[in-house]
Amino acid sequence: MLQINTVSITISNISKSYKKVNALTDISFEVKEGELFGLIGPDGAGKTTLFRILTTLLFADQGDATVAGYDVVKDYKQIRNSVGYMPGKFSLYQDMTVKENLNFFATIFGTTIEENYELIRDIYVQIEPFKKRRAGKLSGGMKQKLALCCALIHKPKVLFLDEPTTGVDPVSRKEFWEMLKRLQQKGITILVSTPYMDEAALCDRIAFIQEGKILEIDTPQAIVKHYPKPLYNVKANNMYALIQGLKAYEHHYSVYPFGEFVHYTDKRTDFDSSDLNAFLESQGLKDITIEPTAPTIEDTFMELAK
Amino acid sequence: MKTIGYIIQKEFRQIFRNKAMLPIIFIMPLFQLIILSNAATFDVKNIKFSYIDHDHSAMSRALIEKFNTSSYFNVITDFPSAALANSAMLSGEVDVILEIPQHFERDLAKDKYAPLGITINAIDGAAAGIENVYISQIIQGFNRNIRPELMQQGQASNLMKSINTIPLFWYNETLNYKTFMVPGILVLLVTMITLFLSGMNIVREKEIGTLEQINVTPIKKSQFIIGKLFPFWVIGLALLSVGLIIAKLIFDVPMLGSLVLMYGYTSVYILVILGIGLFISNFTDTQQQAMFISWFFIVIFILMSGLFTPIESMPKWAQTITDFNPIKYFVQVMRMVMLKGSSLTDIMPQLLKTLAFAVIMNGLAVWSYRKTS
Repeated sequence: MLQINTVSITISNISKSYKKVNALTDISFEVKEGELFGLIGPDGAGKTTLFRILTTLLFADQGDATVAGYDVVKDYKQIRNSVGYMPGKFSLYQDMTVKENLNFFATIFGTTIEENYELIRDIYVQIEPFKKRRAGKLSGGMKQKLALCCALIHKPKVLFLDEPTTGVDPVSRKEFWEMLKRLQQKGITILVSTPYMDEAALCDRIAFIQEGKILEIDTPQAIVKHYPKPLYNVKANNMYALIQGLKAYEHHYSVYPFGEFVHYTDKRTDFDSSDLNAFLESQGLKDITIEPTAPTIEDTFMELAK
Repeated sequence: MKTIGYIIQKEFRQIFRNKAMLPIIFIMPLFQLIILSNAATFDVKNIKFSYIDHDHSAMSRALIEKFNTSSYFNVITDFPSAALANSAMLSGEVDVILEIPQHFERDLAKDKYAPLGITINAIDGAAAGIENVYISQIIQGFNRNIRPELMQQGQASNLMKSINTIPLFWYNETLNYKTFMVPGILVLLVTMITLFLSGMNIVREKEIGTLEQINVTPIKKSQFIIGKLFPFWVIGLALLSVGLIIAKLIFDVPMLGSLVLMYGYTSVYILVILGIGLFISNFTDTQQQAMFISWFFIVIFILMSGLFTPIESMPKWAQTITDFNPIKYFVQVMRMVMLKGSSLTDIMPQLLKTLAFAVIMNGLAVWSYRKTS
């Protein structure tokens, strides 16, 4: 029974501070049921604090939040039955085998592996050959899959994933996101945090978070439209000299290295690429190309975080 | 119930899988029991005895011979002067100096009175006290022996009737220190191992992050705690069993009382220790912190348990503190039941207090355990 567009998580005016540090300041947003929602921000932005509040591990100083229709303070017992949480740090029993870990979590949720096998089958078949291996001896990607299985074993309505792909190789990361997409198809609401901008594009909607504040919430497609200026790819024979040169250019607004290019924006509205080209040549750079490009999520975040 | 069962199963699995843990739990304490029980004796033996004989009489030689025949004293040497003897004491070569004055024999014969100088190295106060008792006993014995000799020379009317005491040591007739120490050291081992294990166990889950994972599950506080602590309760009783077997086989400690009573009391006692362990782990974040705090309590508990120093000789305020020391009651009960064959009614006061501690400590521990930070 998949209900479209009902709200799964509401967060209104949540604030939390640790002594003098404000971890979260007046955060409000909603996540729809069945949505894959990304929380994008650098380390220390407050992502984990928000997760801990939503999973009833931490009390907010101010504000209310509901998960799957339950209040995080009053109905914490129901929430614990209906959410799955995968903390950022691998936190399963390293000295127990894959099968034992899964059995353990199934038992304390009052269920069995068989009962909800359908939900985890896609993921579990990948680690099943190693089910007798101790969790501590698994590779990083395998550990993530096991942790995801353990978080899913009780068929949660909402899944919280705190930086699930940090420290995981690119292939496993890609696989992991494919798994998330499949889980979403099964109607599970997923709130995932990540510091990787390329993963943000895979979410239905994303929220930029920095220093405990939400900067922007929108779909990945729409969020790049918030980028205020025309953006240019600049390339030359010497990357380091190019960045130094662009920063020396008096009209520069922002200069960020981006792969083999440098993403450049100009202060003026009537930017003339030939003028910049001439300036860079005067700096001794060769093979210069300047061409307009579409902003990415990373560009947008850098601009908003400025 | 099924959940608790599974947690217990999981704990045991983890304990037995930890290769370093099993020897720590079972082998180490047994080594300690064997070594400590043999070494921790209050007997003072091989006292390094020296003398300065200014008299060189038959009487003075007889006195020195008395010390020579005693098994407690090693007669090291004689010194010609007090100065030499004192410097030997300073360098630690001798523990006791007996100084026999000139005319010792003559004065005894004439005045029935002669002073003797005894110097004892009291760096170790307890040993010095015991040495003093030994020396006094030997001199008194010597005194009794020479009295008739002296009296024969005339003054028969002065013959005094001396009072002679013959002590009977009940419950440990030969004053065998091992009989006395083994039950006490067994108590320490059971306490230390269960406190350290339980204190560090939940903290360990905090450290590796699994506690957070468990806290978001619908598991009940009581289920989790019982599941966590039950294995250590079992280990504590297993440790007691192995210790009792060793006490019987190696030390031949008498076991007059009922084993059921011993196990019954111990099972209540371990609950107290587990409560303390859980309480500690609730207030610490790392195993290291938990270890140090456990040590702090263990050291105080042990030194104030009456195992090494009698509680009766402590100052009043310290005696009051020992009333809150569970180890004290455990030591008392083990000694009473093993050596004296005490019954349930005899140990009832200790049992009730221990029971009260168990309820209070576990109540505090469960109350302070939070699934939410």
